[in-house]
Amino acid sequence: MSHRDHTLTGPENRRAIERGLASAEWYECAVPRPLMKQLVARSNGRAARDTVLWLALVAGAGVVAHLTWGTWWAVPAFFVYGTLYGSGSDSRWHECGHGTAFASARANTFVYHLASFMVFREPVSWRWSHARHHDDTIVVGRDAEIAVPRGTPLWRIGLEFFGVLSARAELVKLGHHLVGRVTAAEADYLPESERRRAIRWGRTWLALWTGAVVWSLLARSWEPVLFIGLPSLYGRWLMVVYGLTQHAGLAEDVLDHRLNTRTVRMNVVNRFMYSNMNFHIEHHMFPSVPYHALPRLHDVVAADTPPVYPGIIAAYREIIPTLRRQATEPEFFVRRPLPGPVDA
Amino acid sequence: MTTSDEGWVDVCGADEIERDDLVRFDHAGRTYVVMRTADDRYFATDGECTHARVHLSKGFLDGTVLECAKHNGRFDITTGAALGAPVLVGLGCHRVQVVDGVVQIGISSSPDLRPPV
Repeated sequence: MSHRDHTLTGPENRRAIERGLASAEWYECAVPRPLMKQLVARSNGRAARDTVLWLALVAGAGVVAHLTWGTWWAVPAFFVYGTLYGSGSDSRWHECGHGTAFASARANTFVYHLASFMVFREPVSWRWSHARHHDDTIVVGRDAEIAVPRGTPLWRIGLEFFGVLSARAELVKLGHHLVGRVTAAEADYLPESERRRAIRWGRTWLALWTGAVVWSLLARSWEPVLFIGLPSLYGRWLMVVYGLTQHAGLAEDVLDHRLNTRTVRMNVVNRFMYSNMNFHIEHHMFPSVPYHALPRLHDVVAADTPPVYPGIIAAYREIIPTLRRQATEPEFFVRRPLPGPVDA
Repeated sequence: MTTSDEGWVDVCGADEIERDDLVRFDHAGRTYVVMRTADDRYFATDGECTHARVHLSKGFLDGTVLECAKHNGRFDITTGAALGAPVLVGLGCHRVQVVDGVVQIGISSSPDLRPPV
């Protein structure tokens, strides 16, 4: 049981506002402006290359999965397809949602919507929820994207590797959209003028997923839903592996991303799948910097940030015991060491 | 700081704002951003993002698009128009002129639009 009410509709929301934690001023490492202007420079080339490569891998794995359908080889083929689809889409959704991946606004918008569908998220509502996440990162009662509220039992975290609880929450949201409403939590972060669009996109996604189910029923085959819709669940595991490294087990209600966010070293394959989001402190502190410039930004601010985790396993050596302890001792959290004052 | 009878207020020397960059300017309890584009035109808008309490002087210019550094909300600085979520409300625009190498903005109670210098 959580020690605090993490919903946006409970008393913690007002409490956070009263404590000055909502839309507050956050700590920023010093970065000379000329250098920052270089870092935020956008380009289409890198994102186009990475997006085409990702989609080509999705398509290639899909072809293999289809050709092997009916044999046991289809199992690993769908595993790869689903992982590329359900996990690889998350960071594309994220980068294009920020509008930083491509220089072209249209390209960002197109890939954002495609990835939203693949990662099982209604695009309008999630854009605003993510803006709130950046406004009030891990502020209880304000941030709708706290992946693991303290006190969460481990079995619930386990279910998230297959998106069971997230999918249920998204379906509840889409059910509201279907009947022309938004949820109480959405009402807190989704402006009135955006609700009609959110409802329209929610209905569109529901129609597409229903279409895949109907196709499967008519074809008397699991194949259509294994290609469209279900990969968001059975291919989600890697997204959760990456995602838990971001904030799990760290401080709540602080105005310094160095205390509530991790930067973790990852190899080139993981950084491709995750679009460099392993540099998560840097991303939260300077969200205008495109994913491909985050390694450079990391070098610039490294002296003013806590020690980087040397890898995913190292991060989980901290995360797993912390989450186990928080399940029964929700006041516990990992205190990240801050470096001393750094010359600009 | 000099204020003329016509409401023009000195901001800074024209060369104190680099091309493709912007500065914060506070006056009479209000805050603004004054921008110089890569092709050497000057613009001024209200200083705070209309989405959240973030000063736009931390943002970046891309042509005539001003991007907020916090949520990447974008504004057309020639009109103040918001260019999409998460900004839905446009910025007030203010007149700008360069006189004798000094950037001035026209402060009025109701922001307006004027062709840039």
